[in-house]
Amino acid sequence: MSTVLDSKIPAGPLKDKWDNYKNTIKLVNPANKRKHTVLVVGTGLAGGSAAATLAELGYHVKSFCIQDSPRRAHSIAAQGGINAAKNYPNDGDTVWRLFYDTIKGGDYRSREANVHRLAQVSNNIIDQCVAQGVPFAREYGGLLDNRSFGGAQVSRTFYARGQTGQQLLLGAYQAMSRQIGAGNIDMYSRREMLDLVIVDGKARGIITRNLVTGEYERHFGDAVLLCTGGYGNVYYLSTNAKNSNVTAAWRCHKRGAYFANPCYTQIHPTCIPVSGDYQSKLTLMSESLRNDGRVWVPKKQGDNRRPQDIPEEDRDYYLERRYPSFGNLVPRDVASRNAKMATDEGRGVGETGLAVYLDFADSIKRLGRDVIEARYGNLFEMYERITGENPYEVPMRIFPAVHYTMGGLWVDYELQSTVPGLFVLGEANFSDHGANRLGASALMQGLADGYFVIPYTLGNYIANNSFPAVTGDEDAFNEAESAADARIKKLLSIQGTKTVTEFHRELGQIIWDQVGMSRTAEGLRKAIDQISALREEFWQNVRVPGEPTTYNKNLEFAGRVADFLELGELMARDALEREESCGGHFREEYQSAEGEAMRNDEDFTFVSAWQHTESGHVLHKENLEFENVELTTRSYK
Amino acid sequence: MANSMNITLKVWRQAGPDAQGGFETYVVPDANEHMSFLELLDVLNEQLIKEGKDPVEFDHDCREGICGSCGVVIDGMAHGPQQRTACCQLHMRHYKDGDTIVIEPWRAEGFPIIKDLVVDRSAFDRIIAAGGYISANTGAAQDANALPIAKYNADLAMDYATCIGCGACVAACPNASASLFTAAKIAQLSLLPQGDPERKTRVRNMVDQMDKEGFGDCSNHAECEAVCPKGISISSIAIMRREYVKALAD
Repeated sequence: MSTVLDSKIPAGPLKDKWDNYKNTIKLVNPANKRKHTVLVVGTGLAGGSAAATLAELGYHVKSFCIQDSPRRAHSIAAQGGINAAKNYPNDGDTVWRLFYDTIKGGDYRSREANVHRLAQVSNNIIDQCVAQGVPFAREYGGLLDNRSFGGAQVSRTFYARGQTGQQLLLGAYQAMSRQIGAGNIDMYSRREMLDLVIVDGKARGIITRNLVTGEYERHFGDAVLLCTGGYGNVYYLSTNAKNSNVTAAWRCHKRGAYFANPCYTQIHPTCIPVSGDYQSKLTLMSESLRNDGRVWVPKKQGDNRRPQDIPEEDRDYYLERRYPSFGNLVPRDVASRNAKMATDEGRGVGETGLAVYLDFADSIKRLGRDVIEARYGNLFEMYERITGENPYEVPMRIFPAVHYTMGGLWVDYELQSTVPGLFVLGEANFSDHGANRLGASALMQGLADGYFVIPYTLGNYIANNSFPAVTGDEDAFNEAESAADARIKKLLSIQGTKTVTEFHRELGQIIWDQVGMSRTAEGLRKAIDQISALREEFWQNVRVPGEPTTYNKNLEFAGRVADFLELGELMARDALEREESCGGHFREEYQSAEGEAMRNDEDFTFVSAWQHTESGHVLHKENLEFENVELTTRSYK
Repeated sequence: MANSMNITLKVWRQAGPDAQGGFETYVVPDANEHMSFLELLDVLNEQLIKEGKDPVEFDHDCREGICGSCGVVIDGMAHGPQQRTACCQLHMRHYKDGDTIVIEPWRAEGFPIIKDLVVDRSAFDRIIAAGGYISANTGAAQDANALPIAKYNADLAMDYATCIGCGACVAACPNASASLFTAAKIAQLSLLPQGDPERKTRVRNMVDQMDKEGFGDCSNHAECEAVCPKGISISSIAIMRREYVKALAD
């Protein structure tokens, strides 16, 4: 039966809510903290910062990652920057403005109180990272530099060349390493979480598989923090790292954690276009490039001239034309949809016609090549390596690609899921970005959750609950481990004719076509049938090579694709249910005459939270109350 | 469309840490110039799985040259022939139809082989845990702009901070030394005022840990700098030595 969820938002005016919360929670005595073990799964910005901070506070932390080192989590690949409301450039930024831009950027489908807290702690993050030695870009006077990102009219983005994610992650990794060296964190690398273990109604453990030996391990503690990132790889081609997956989150979902807004996915406008059917992943070109690059396509369909031969009057700088106040810096969903419109009209460029130009010629003329090189040198180099073309001389060709997922496990204000004791941080939760995330906000949210939110909310949970000892021998552990083992054995026993990658590609194509940049009721219904048929075929015809007892990457991937085949169907169902267009969720039936998204606030101002049951998925709702912001049509014109 | 290339691969296969390894030869008849090097291995693996054979194991993740997961020796060069490029960003347009390519794992005492091309680089994590950090508990920081840092130093620190921890420096070094990796972190943190309070213990502990892990010493061959996908300069090793001597003199 469908219910309305309680997000446990604290009382009081918006700006006082977080303080009120902190003033009234229960605390854990410093001497008692070490008696509590916390399991932190994932070592990206959210997991790394949470593990380090909780260990500093005195908790006993066990940390897990699927890579060979915690330093390799996919946060490392974030390029552009991290937002904060420091207002160092004196250009009018405030906490309120960052909050407002994020709510508006999310198309009014996020929770006011969470987003305001995020904006409030954003400044602490920058302070913390500088203290750790993160080498942010600086001006000649020695102070920190800022740049602009989409969806904002102030410069509030801090950056470290085009490698901001790397530097922030290494900051968190080093803070973790210090605690590992001090014996406060037990680090388990090359481990994959295969199930959540619930004892007496509380999350008390996890089952992991050692990816080198294939052994199962039982880990237990008083709370589980899931910091395992997003599910963009359901599309097969995405900018996510190859190992990024939904498995840990999906297993929690099947154990009772509701999955919220799975249809909210972000298609990033500036990626290197697909070049062939062997392609394994897509590469992002940072949004920061839109500070100085101008997006255009030829005015005429099928104009095959080289870009440098197309005169100014035959070019359509469509973002500048349609959105004069934000121009090339419109938010990602708007930029992506417009690129799709241009290519759908037959005005796309390059070999496949599925690309638009991002042109730096004007900026190079205005600022000089040196300045452009200092700002984006490493990105230009990366582009040239992949495409063989020199973007200083010819415009980049770019096209949208899957990049981030706003949906994720449902959490309340305390970041606690519907399973008591299971907290979800970073991209793995659904909480702060609504239907579209603004650039440079993912790093902000991951670190906000890990450094500044979870230390309080976890403490409140620990202080308010009792934790009878668990040993790992309980029935729940036996059952979870047997289920994980049975699944692995099943995958290896099928020995069919199609590889894991073939299934994954097929699934990705269905989702990209029907649950991608634009969606229709008819297409979504078709996708649901196709995915369900593909899933059936997978379990009868997949071929997984090798042994379960050695390093076997195909076996890892097989389990992940199996979960994507279930998630994909839920994404389509969620998209079908949401009869409106908002942010990254664009339903063709709901658009204005000019092709802009049309929300339906009357009927859809809620979070969709899906419960997994034996007989299928049940939809629950969390109504979104806007007490401080007026819901308006989101305009960047 | 791109032209098809016939590529022969000689790949190191090793079933496990203690198993005897050796080269196997495979032919990929339908490679093309747009493929990345790892996509070529993907195509090979799909081929092997269809033939009922075990695929070649190799570490990889982001495939955009930043996570540091991938790394193999290609024709004797760590990460292959293109400078300042991790092998995930090496593209087949640098090869031609009919080429033979030899692929081996990183080879170093500090990096035991796990399987095929996959090695254990956890020694790097232990070197960082020995001191590659600034002790700054969450919440205790002052305002970020309270501590101006000269742009020159900040930029130089960033140059060293770009290390991706892939291990190519070790693989290329005749002594299998981890000096470039260790020095890059020491150099970054020694250039920043935040790193000053711990500079002496940091360099001592990190260098000691590097020795304990079985890595050799640096003898100025500079092979590490030549193969580093981020182009990290061996000046960092000079900084590390200076810091080490100063720390010992104390």
